Order: sequence, then C-alpha cells, then structure tokens
Amino acid sequence: MATEKQPPMSERRRFLLQALQGIGLATLGALTWSAYIDEASAASMVLRPPGALSEEDFLAHCIRCGLCVEVCPYDTLRLARAGDNIPIGTPYFIAREIPCYMCKDIPCVPPCPTGALEESLVMKMAKDGHKVFDIGMAKMGIAVIDSDQCVAFWGVQCDACYRACPLINEAIVIDHSRNDRTGKHALLVPRVIGDVCTGCGMCEKACITEKASIFVLPLSVAKGKAGSNYIKGWDEKDEKRLETQKGGGETTTTPTSSQKPVDYLNDEEF
Amino acid sequence: MQESRRDFLKASAATAAAAAVGMTLPSEVEAASKAGESGWRWDKAVCRFCGTGCGVMVATQNDKIIAVKGDPAAPVNKGLNCIKGYFLAKIMYGADRLTQPLLRVDASGNFSKQGKFQPVSWQKAFDVMAYKFKETYAKNGPTSVGIFGSGQYTIHEGYASLKLMKAGFRSNNIDPNARHCMASAVTGFMQTFGIDEPAGCYDDIELTDTIVTWGANMAEMHPILWSRVSDRKLTNKAKVKVVNLSTYTQRTSDLADIEIIFRPSTDLAIWNYIARELVYNAPESIDWKYVKENCVFATSWVDTGYGMRNNANHPKFKASEKDTVAKEVAKKVGALEGPALKPFGYETGETMKMTHNATAAENWVITFEEFKRGLAPYTLDYVASVAKGNPDEDTEAFKKKLKALADLYIEKGRKVVSFWTMGFNQHTRGTWVNSQSYMVHMLLGKQSKPGSGAFSLTGQPSACGTAREVGTFSHRLPADMVVMNPKHREHSEHIWKVPAGTINPVAGSHYVQIMRDLEDGKVKWAWVQVNNPWQDTANANHWIKAAREMDNFIVCSDAYPGISAKVADLILPSAMIYEKWGGYGNAERRTQQWKQQVTPVGQAMGDLWQTAEFAKRFTLAEVWKEWKINDKVTIPSVLSEAQKMGYKPTDTLFDVLFANKEAKSYKWPDPIGKGFANTEAGGDKRNVLGSDGKPFKGYGFFIHKYIWEEYRKFGLGHGHDLADFDTYHRVRGLKWPVVNGKETQWRFNAKYDPYAKKTGREFAFYGEFSKVIQQGTLTGPDASKPKVDLHNKAKIFMHPYMEPPETPSKEYPLWLCTGRVLEHWHSGTMTMRVPELYRAVPEALCYMHPQTAKDMGAKDGELVWVESRRGKVKARVETRGRNRPPKSLVFVPWFDEKVYINKVCLDATCPISKQTDYKKCAVKVYKA
Amino acid sequence: MEWLKKHQFLILRRLTQISMIVLYFGSHAWGWKVLEGNLGSSLVMGTIPLADPFAVVQMSAAGALLGLDVLIGAAIITLFYAIVGGRAFCSWVCPINMVSDAANGLRRVLRINEVERRVVISRHLRYWVLVLSIALSAIFGVAAFEFISPIGMLNRGLIFGIGFGGAVVAGVFLLDLFGVKNGFCGHLCPLGGLYSLIGRFSVIRVKHNQEKCTLCMKCTAICPEKPVLHMIGKRSEFVAMGECTNCARCIEVCDDDALNFDIRLFKQQNKE
Repeated sequence: MATEKQPPMSERRRFLLQALQGIGLATLGALTWSAYIDEASAASMVLRPPGALSEEDFLAHCIRCGLCVEVCPYDTLRLARAGDNIPIGTPYFIAREIPCYMCKDIPCVPPCPTGALEESLVMKMAKDGHKVFDIGMAKMGIAVIDSDQCVAFWGVQCDACYRACPLINEAIVIDHSRNDRTGKHALLVPRVIGDVCTGCGMCEKACITEKASIFVLPLSVAKGKAGSNYIKGWDEKDEKRLETQKGGGETTTTPTSSQKPVDYLNDEEF
Repeated sequence: MQESRRDFLKASAATAAAAAVGMTLPSEVEAASKAGESGWRWDKAVCRFCGTGCGVMVATQNDKIIAVKGDPAAPVNKGLNCIKGYFLAKIMYGADRLTQPLLRVDASGNFSKQGKFQPVSWQKAFDVMAYKFKETYAKNGPTSVGIFGSGQYTIHEGYASLKLMKAGFRSNNIDPNARHCMASAVTGFMQTFGIDEPAGCYDDIELTDTIVTWGANMAEMHPILWSRVSDRKLTNKAKVKVVNLSTYTQRTSDLADIEIIFRPSTDLAIWNYIARELVYNAPESIDWKYVKENCVFATSWVDTGYGMRNNANHPKFKASEKDTVAKEVAKKVGALEGPALKPFGYETGETMKMTHNATAAENWVITFEEFKRGLAPYTLDYVASVAKGNPDEDTEAFKKKLKALADLYIEKGRKVVSFWTMGFNQHTRGTWVNSQSYMVHMLLGKQSKPGSGAFSLTGQPSACGTAREVGTFSHRLPADMVVMNPKHREHSEHIWKVPAGTINPVAGSHYVQIMRDLEDGKVKWAWVQVNNPWQDTANANHWIKAAREMDNFIVCSDAYPGISAKVADLILPSAMIYEKWGGYGNAERRTQQWKQQVTPVGQAMGDLWQTAEFAKRFTLAEVWKEWKINDKVTIPSVLSEAQKMGYKPTDTLFDVLFANKEAKSYKWPDPIGKGFANTEAGGDKRNVLGSDGKPFKGYGFFIHKYIWEEYRKFGLGHGHDLADFDTYHRVRGLKWPVVNGKETQWRFNAKYDPYAKKTGREFAFYGEFSKVIQQGTLTGPDASKPKVDLHNKAKIFMHPYMEPPETPSKEYPLWLCTGRVLEHWHSGTMTMRVPELYRAVPEALCYMHPQTAKDMGAKDGELVWVESRRGKVKARVETRGRNRPPKSLVFVPWFDEKVYINKVCLDATCPISKQTDYKKCAVKVYKA
Repeated sequence: MEWLKKHQFLILRRLTQISMIVLYFGSHAWGWKVLEGNLGSSLVMGTIPLADPFAVVQMSAAGALLGLDVLIGAAIITLFYAIVGGRAFCSWVCPINMVSDAANGLRRVLRINEVERRVVISRHLRYWVLVLSIALSAIFGVAAFEFISPIGMLNRGLIFGIGFGGAVVAGVFLLDLFGVKNGFCGHLCPLGGLYSLIGRFSVIRVKHNQEKCTLCMKCTAICPEKPVLHMIGKRSEFVAMGECTNCARCIEVCDDDALNFDIRLFKQQNKE
C-alpha cells in the first residue's frame, strides 16, 4: 500500500537498481564460491600419485579426469568425492587402506594429459642414455614414526614396517641399540631415510599398532627447511641448496634493528 | 672383558639357584598374581608361539583375557616380546572360533562321509567317534588308528594322549607335527650323544664371541633371541662376529659380518670343508685332549634313500611324480656329489642302489684315519664349486668367505655358537647335518662349554617339552625311552601300573607315514590334536584325497577352522592356551607352567579333557586283548595279568589311566590353584553337557597335577629330572635336569651338570642310546671286530655331502624353499585372525630374484603359478621384499592356506629322522 | 512406430549419454580401452585425447602450463562443437541433462509451471558465472568451477562413486523442479555458456519453415531455451542463437513438419 504513494520509478533508475542488484548478488555468489575454493584447496594432508607436482601446482594442473585412477592396478588411487574434504575429483590415496605398491613402470603417470603428474619427476637417465621410469624418485610423502607409540621403541621385536618397505634397508633402516633395562636384549628400531623414502605407505599399511605409528605425511607438512645461509662444510652435495635460493644478502630486520641508529642514539633512554 | 663375563656367569647361576629354591626375587613381587584395583588380574604364563619360550603376564577381567605384558621376571625375554607375543590377548576371540562339535551328517542327521557339517552335542560326537574307532580297531587292530599330535600340546595333554595310545590302545601310531620340525635334531642328538636336547642354553649368546646361523632366520623366527644376539654384537662390535648361512638372503643377514648363500643341501659340504681345514691344514687346533677323552669317530650308511615311498609305481602317484620317487630305490651318483662319495665306494655316474633305507640309523666306529680319508675331497675349490648358491657371486669372493668362516671356528680361544633350525632339520640328510655341526664343535673342543656349542633352536613352544621329553612319537616313550627296548617298556609299564607286555614293541607310523597309511587304507581312523596336518604336510594333494575319498574317519580338534578341519569328518572345539592349565618346554630345556586364566568359549573343552573323555568309551576287555601287529608280531592279551593287578575287564581306560587311585589322591581344590578355575577338575560356570549328555561338573581331582607327578617319575635319576608341579607355579621356569632344586645350564660339563659330575670326568656324554656299536670303515661295519662300548662318549661323525632327490632340471628349473614369516605362526589359524597381523601380511608371496621375474614377464604383485611334479599354486611375485633369493631359487611361506604351497612340496624325508624336507624341491614358475 | 518417430532424437540422445557413461565406467572397472577418463579429459581408443575446453581455459587462467595432450584434446572438442552446434554437448553428452529433463518432466506432470512463483533469473547470468569462473581461477590458482561443478560430480560419480556429490546433483534437480525451470542448464551453467559462444556459427542447425507452421506453439512449450525460437510463425530461418542445444525436441513435437535439422552454410545465411 505504501508503494502506491511513491512516484513511479523512472526507467533509468529501474535499470540502475537492477544492475546494482545483479552486481550485489554476483558478489555474494563470488564471495561464497571463493570461500569454498579457499577452504577446499587448503586440504594439505592429502597424498598424491607419484610424479605429482607440488600441491599448489598440482591443483592448478589436474583436470580431474581420473585416467591415473583407472590404470592403477591395485586400486590405490581414488578420485576425491564431495565430502572427502579433498579438492573434489582429484586423485589421492589413503596409505593405511591401500598404499602405493610402487610399480616399476609407474602406469599412473603417462596417462596424465595435463602434466599434473610429471614424467620427468620420476624418470632418470639409464646407462644407455634412454630415460627410464624410476619409482624410487617418487616423492608422494614421507614416512614419520611416532616413537612414543611404536612398539619397537619399547623393545618389542616388530619392524613390520621395515620388512614391508619396498626399499628395505634403504628407505627404512634398523638402528640397533642396547636395552639397558634387560641388559641382554637389543632395541631394533626403524628409522626413515628421508631422501630415499617415496611415501608409498606400505609401512603405514603394515604397522601393527591400532592406529599406525608410522604414517606418511605430504612432504610440505612433514619436512622442515634449513636456510641456505649455511652449507654443510662436510657434504659437497649440500651446496645444491644454494640453487633453490632466491636472492640472499637482503637487509634483515628485528625489533632491535628496526629503529634508525640516529633515533636510537638520540632517544636518551637508559 | 673376561672378568665381566665371569661375573655374568655367576650372576645368572645365582638367579637360577634362587629361582629354583623358590626364593622371591625383587621383580617377582610385581609379577605375583594379584587382583588389581581396576578389577583385572595379572598372572604368569608363557607365549603360545615359538620355541623361544618367552614369559608373559596375562590380564583377565570378567573372565576374558584383556591384555598381555612381557614378564619382566622371565629370564628369556625380561619383559619383551615379538609382535606375535604382543597380540596374545587377541588370538582367542576371533569371530570364527569353533564353539561346538561339528559332524558331517546326512539329511536325517546321521553321520555321512559325504554329509555337511552340522552342530552336534559332545555326547553324539563321542558316540560317533568311538563307534568309528571300534569299527576299524576291532577288525584291523592298533595299527589302523592314529593320532596326529603336536609340539604345541601342553605337556599334560601330550602325556595323556601318549598314555592313552600306548598303554591303552596298545598303538604306537601317535606322532607329532614336531616330526616336521625337529626330528632331525632329535636323531642328531641321539646318534651323537645318546640323549636328546641341547647341551647349552640361551646364556651362551651373552657369553660367546661368534654366532653362526645355519639355515636359521633368527631375525624373523626367534626375534627375542635375535635381539639378544644383536645385543651381544653391540657389546663388542670388533670382536663379536655374526655369520649367516642360508640359501637366500634374509633378515638375519642384516647384522651379519659374513653372509654365505649356499646351494641347497651343500651345508653338508661346508661343514666338511671346515673340518678338512682343521684336520689337514690346522691340526694343531684340534683339541686332542677333549677328543680323545670324550669322543670316538663314527659313520653310517649312505645308500639310505630319501624317505619316500619305495614304489614309484604306487597307483596314487601321478606320472610326473615317478622319476623323483624312483630315487628311493636307486639313483645315479651325480657329478656334484661324486667326489664326496668316492671314499664311500661310489663313482660319479654309477648307480647307487638304496639298500639301507630301513637301517639308515645304523652307525659304527671308524678310525681317525678313515675319518680323515672321508674329509679328503672337501678342498676349498671343490666345496666352492658345489656350494656357491648365488650364480652371480664371484667364486673367489665366495671362497674367501668360506675360508673366513672356517678361520672363525678354528681360531684358538674364540668361542663359537652354531644355531640352526629348519634349514638343517628339514633336510633329506637332516640327521647328518645336525651331527656334522657337533663334529666340528667337538674336534675343536667347543661343545658343552659356556659360550661354545652347537645349539639346535626349536620351532614350536613345546617341541622339546612335550613332543620330545614326553615322547609323543611313534617310537618313543617319556624321557628318551623307546618302545623297541624291552627295558624301557617294562619301566614305563611299571610307572603306568599297566600289565607287563601291554606296550606294543613295534614302532608305529611316523607323521608322513600315517598320511600314507590313510592313502593306502591302512589307517582308517585318525585324530588331529593341536596341529594342522593337512596344511603342514608336503605333497598335500595326496592327503586331501586320502581324507575325503578313502573310507576312513578323521577327527580334528581345533580352536579355529583350518584345512584339517575342512577335510575332517568330526570337528571338536578345543580350549586355547589360557583356557586350561598347562606347561611348555622351550629350546633351552626350560619347563614353564601356567594356570587356567579364563573359562573356555562356547562349549570348547581342553584337549586333555577330550582325550580323557574318549578313554571312558573303552573297557579293558576291548583293548588289552591279543592283537596282531604285523606278519611277525602278535602281542598277547594282558587281561589276566590285569586281573591279577586288581583291574576288572569292565574297567574303562579312563578309570585305569586317568582316574586311578593315585590320580584321585591329588585333590581339587588345591592351594596352588586358589582363585583360579580348573575346568577339568572342577567343571566351570558353563555346565557344558559332557560326553554322557549330563552337565560336566569336573573329575573332582587335580588331573593336571597327577599327570605331572606321574610323568616326572620317568625322568628322575635318569638325567631328565623335573621339579614338582607346585614349583613350576612359583618360578619362571627351570632348565632340566633339575637336581636338588637346581637347574642345569650346560649339560655334559661336570662344572654345571650334576650327572656329568657324578662320573668323575670333566665331560661326560652320558646318554645311553646307541652306545654299544660295531667297528668298521667308511664303507661298512666289520662284523669280525668286537663291538665297542662308548659309555660317556660322544660320536664325531663322518657323513658325506649328498644331493637331494630332486634338483632343478630343464623342465623345473628353480629351487623352491618354504618357511615362515615373523608376523604369522605356522598355518595361520591363530595369527590370521588378529586384524593387525593380517593387515601387516595378508597373503603369502612368492619371493624371487628380479631377473627371474623379468624372464617370465611378471611384475611385482602379479600372480604366478608355482608348479612342481606334484601340484601347483598361485602366488604374487615379490622381488623387493624381506627375502632376496638368488636367480636359482624362489621362496614361498606356508602360513597362507590360500597359497597352499604344500601341494607343491615334495614329501621326501631324512631317512633316519623321517622329517620332511620343505626346503628344496624343483619347480617351474610362470605367469598366471 | 509413431511414438518411436516422435521420440527418435530423444532416444538417440539418451543412448549417447548413457553409452558414454557405460564406456567410461567400463574403462574404470574392466579396463576397456574405448573411452577412458571422464568428461574432464578422455582418451579415445587409447590414442585420441579429448578435453573439456572450459577446464583448460580455467586452468590456463590459473597459471598452469598444460601438457600438449590436453591442449590438443581441448582443441578437438572446441572444433567439434564449433561445427556440430556448440550446445549439442548439453543435450547429447552432459549427464546433468537427464537430471534437468527429469525435473522438467515432473514439472509438467505436477503442473508446477502453472503455480510458479516467478523467480526471475537472467539467462545471461551464465556468462557472468563464466567470467567469474575465469577470474576466480586466476585469483586462486585452481580451476574454480571444477570445485563446484555438478556436471563433474555426477559424471565422476557415475564412474568412480559419488559420495556427497549426490547432494549437489539433487540440488540441481530441486532447483529445476521447484525453483526456476531449467534453472541450472538454462541460467547458471558456465560450461553451457562457453558452448553457446563456441557454437555461435556452427553448421548443423534447426531450421524453421514458416509456411508449414500452424502456430500450435508446442515447440516453444517444450523448448528449454525458449528465446531461441523467437522466429516461430514469423520467418523461415535457422535457429541461430548459440543457446540452442540442438536437442531436437521441437522437431519431434511439431506435427506440421515446420522444424527440421539442416546444414547452415554462411553463404546461405548471408543470402537470407
């Protein structure tokens, strides 16, 4: 009823209002959509197939076609479904359920049409000069041991993870130490060699504790990173870290150094 | 170093002594059984699995096992376990636990061999079981029935079954799966020392400088002992050496200073090489004082066959099997073994007629010169040429390793322990290779001394305690006695209070023979107790048919359904380890006992109860009459003798054997059992309807204690002394002989063994078996010479290297070796029911060299057929796993009934021990 | 027979849609080599790559340097729809079409059209969504629409298992049923939008013959993109708007033979 008293809206005004309404609704939609993408693509705890680019690049490149999933002979790889809390349609695996069995010919990588799974990341130069697949180069993640719950650290003779490891004695080694409590038994405990571990998850699958005490985490989660400002003097290869560094020699700032010298010197506070 | 080791020795002796007299050690306080505030109760027990004999503490709550912990007071494991022990609390409650008797019945509920399993009452089960037993027993006599016994019986169960068979049914057809496990160790001990079981103990590990494993993957099969070996290595990495000899690389190589991969069966040649090095090149290292005082040289026949059927044309053989089986009668001396057999009178290419198959155990004394002549062929070059097991290995490198091995043994002052298990025992010349280890150790004077000795490890938890000490073998009686010996029979009949002449003097059928007898229709009734014969016996296709197609009746007592239950006609649900009172004896002669912790599940009942109830179905008149055993031997009726002893013909075997006056003198309740159930003695809350259809309320007396106290009479004063029942419930086990409350760490050594001390000698190999023997040469005994009495002496044997009956050929180009994995126990009936262990190793894989896989075009994880002359199975290829065979061999574990590898294996045995060789046969492997 | 003729294109479309799902599924489940992958990217007979051009556009906007396979695949698809009529994808391939058609069918049975509360959404919205998809892809560095695409969810869901994706597909169904007729396909879907643009000048088209038309208007009643039939009864000409999905329902419902597929060559078009 109240509207009747209003003067009729001009065409121009109607158009502007409609445009504004459209823009407003579009912005609302865009914001919701953005929030969802941001949330969904932040699922960093996911294990990707061998040869996957870094998670960020992988998400940009993966077209979610499932070709890698289709060729996996062990049904290890699965495509994320809505509700899996992993970017939908992208391939991943759950090591505790079906680990990667590290096929020597890596059938899941070549079908990738977009390069999200990059052959060069899992290929090496063979002696005859040809490039050949080497699943040992895969970096799907890295196995991490909870030495608190791992029964080998209690002295129980287990090492199921070690025996399950396809790179036994390379990716997982056994450390022997004396068990001072009994005085006559040794502790045989597993240790993961980070450079070698491919993150296949066979150890996590085999672990005999109720919830696995050795488990694979994505590299980005599990690995620290030492700065390239210090290189191991006893390890020639360590200089390689300089190759990845950007810049160097930048000005550093701490709360102490943030003041101009003159201001500090003149502030008369003691 | 020396000083600290002596201290250790003293300390361990003190511990043992304190334990033996029942003194309370500090750690025992916490281990004593007590009801926790939270409602659970801890009590001591033993691990269910291997022969290591780890002590555990079991927590019960609401009549269920809820947890297990390693027993910190147990000297073997000091509170530690392997992952099988870790899951002890979870083995009993698998979803498919057998809880009631199951019988094959037709539509009207009557037994039918072709029927389907249906639940029946215990009463009906025993009705049918006894009816079928009597049907054949009355007609065909004691040789037509048999029991497949076990090294996993409790001592009490094994004793009851043995007594029922030998004193009751007068049948010697009871043989344990231990036949598959350590029979060759037994014959090795008996032939060499005249008495069974190791001289040393696990303390040798802490005292030795050198650990040599021969066909023993200790890292997986004896993990707790391996952790002790590892610890010893850590204490002095430079001095302590570990050598691993195997036919493929396995986990025990991880810690080894030297790994020697040898061609299957050439362990014989390697021992002889070490002896030759010693005798020819380092004679100054022979401990002549030790040898002259304590040893003689001896040998035995070589033309003894391979324990197969002696008729390749037996109608049940497939055509493809015949060429291998024919070697039981005669074979051509092969090029590899030719030089080794030359001193024994055989040339390469000559036909060796197998004429001493039945007398393979016969042995005689030879001179040192003859012994030396036998060793002559084993030069480094020859042995390297036959023994190098990895085709890719450089011969010179291999030679260096052999030399290094010999040097370690020969090095003066270096202590050496040789460990072995199935690699030696499951061997067509298993007895020989056992004896040969003692040969080298005794030549060096490195036997029966702390830190030095040849040490046979056992596979099963009570292979020693039950199978061997109780003697549940077809030829044995308790305490190393045998049925063939009239004095032994007399002694046993006396203890058992049965008429003289009751015990059948003809040795019965051994384990594999019972299978063959079933196939031939000679055995028509068989009872499987605490083992899984149809999964664990080689050449299984034959035995499946024998069970299902022949006219016979098979009873299987088990806790879980396995292959043996599947082929059976009647299945009896058995109580598991902590659901009954029991005892086990481990590889170092340690006897340990435990109490019943919980009530069995469903209607399951202990094997002892089953045996005793079955005995109720027989009167003396039915069993103690005259029986024809074979064409030569008929055993007379002992019924009149029995009547003189006060027995009535209508007395049942239960009355006479298990519920006699003495038995009833062991009252229940007993103070030692306060607070604990005893289903057999007192019944239990379930009131299971028993064999008479009435609620079972218990026997009213302490049957376990009675059995124990009667059983130990056999060994007292004979070097097998055991402590009384109650003592074992106070201590963490004792190593027999237990004399004056004190256990014995090193036998035959007067410093430690009261029986050796009694002789006034420094060492005394006082075993009495096979100690008066002939003299002769390598080619045979000389009847003209007088027999020699070897009292207190051991034999240093000369046995040649011989090839097994089946070696790789063009058609079957690969060796097949089978074995276990750490995660699973035997046929997997228990461990495959633990979700975590199943997840860790869900299936048996075919381990092979990457090149072998490549050649057949198979990738890791793909299925291949493993096929022999006898059968084939499918398994997945594994080239990167725990076991790394050379190109010439594949390894397949046998725990997985879905990878039924015993269909493929050859049922050839050591002709002396009758133990099957599961470690070598020829197969072809191709993509499935 | 008459019924078959009246539904020939519908039957063909369903056959195409279903057989593609079957082929994809067979490749996943049984290793068939005819058509592997899914609508995102596929491999035909193990050799010819195909790819969703919209996904490729988004991924490129996201900064991905894509492999040659997928670029060739996207080019093949683009070319194909540029010739046969861009939105033929929507009615002949896209599995959501079946959801949408089901909703429309139910709408007719329940006569929801007649009680409809007018919710007006512009049919141009899909172009905004298209632009937004590309913009968000660039901002977040991931293919933005692929995170929420009900097409992908249903397509992958039918091949690999659907999970909660079923809820999103149900959402489309409910929107179309109770919200806006053809709400998703006709208004929101940016993939349809892209194909509209691609198919603008395509060759296979529906042609209207005004002389035969009796103005019964059955065609406009059935048409999911009503505005494309603006010429009915007025002029004889091709249905030229890119939004037409070549679904051929109008041809089937026309009792007067006034609508038929024809080849549109630019020369002809220019003449007219």
